[in-house]
Amino acid sequence: MTDAQMIDHDDILERAAAWKEVGDSVALATVVSTWGSSPRPVGSRLAIKGDGQFIGSVSGGCIEGAVVTEALEAMEDGKTRILDFGVTDEMAWEVGLACGGKISIFVERLN
Amino acid sequence: MKLTNLKALNEARADGKSVMLFSNVDTGEETLLIDGEGSGEVEVTLAIKEAATRAHNEDKGRLVEIDSQRLFIQVFNPARRLVIVGAVHIAQPLIPMARLAGYDVTVIDPRGAWATPERFPGIEIDRRWPDEALEDIKPDSRTAIVTLTHDPKLDDPALMTALKSSAFYIGALGGKKTAGKRAERLTEAGFSTTDFARIRGPVGLDIGAISPAEIAVSIVGQITETLHRPERATA
Repeated sequence: MTDAQMIDHDDILERAAAWKEVGDSVALATVVSTWGSSPRPVGSRLAIKGDGQFIGSVSGGCIEGAVVTEALEAMEDGKTRILDFGVTDEMAWEVGLACGGKISIFVERLN
Repeated sequence: MKLTNLKALNEARADGKSVMLFSNVDTGEETLLIDGEGSGEVEVTLAIKEAATRAHNEDKGRLVEIDSQRLFIQVFNPARRLVIVGAVHIAQPLIPMARLAGYDVTVIDPRGAWATPERFPGIEIDRRWPDEALEDIKPDSRTAIVTLTHDPKLDDPALMTALKSSAFYIGALGGKKTAGKRAERLTEAGFSTTDFARIRGPVGLDIGAISPAEIAVSIVGQITETLHRPERATA
């Protein structure tokens, strides 16, 4: 994890706390492990709000939609989730990556 | 995650503290450690502590399976630091480049004519003697130190203090002849060959750098190499 990415994180976590404090539902989605050429390193994250708005990134853009859907469900039921994604070569091409990879994401509600 | 933990984490990071977060990914239970202190729902056993130390040293979070629980260990280390001794020409491009690479930069120079706001707008320069300033800064294994003054009166005390620290990178400007003479002085001062082998000099990667900006690139490159490829980066 580089410091530049951590500065990035700072901001996401600050925003997540700020959203929660004004009464929004908030979930966090964090990359916990990667295999192959995955686009973002462990620790990359999204903060998602009850209305579906999000900041940050966990991939090059190919799985954010699915992660947000799961995050909204986690806000409802309060359960944690581990999401596994295989980024196929085809998808990887779509997001401008040279080849595929695998990525696991931890989704949790901010309580 | 608990909002109280998130706020404590954000606050500790803003204060430059080292933070670790352990989350049980199946139950959502968590424990927050700030500068190694703290408690929570996840009991930090010896095995977890060992995995945490590795994660901390490598500056990299990870998912581990310990004591039949799946734990996500997250590391939030403060920014690495670069201490530049000498408010010289090379320092001018080196400061922004090192900042872009993620370093908190400190410049030390007791000489008033060098450390002017005109030459270094917006930079606070530590005007104490390098050894005194460095003893206060307390370089650790996340600190790099570069001496750029060319003046033994300033570089030597800086390097001697640096060698007593665990700084991961120590670089000194000056050619082979300067380095040779410096080695003699350090030997007289009681330092061993192993000690001054830690000093990278002539400073920077051998990329034919000529201008101050190019030399700054070579220095940032060498610091980066020492950080990520320490096995390759031997003097």
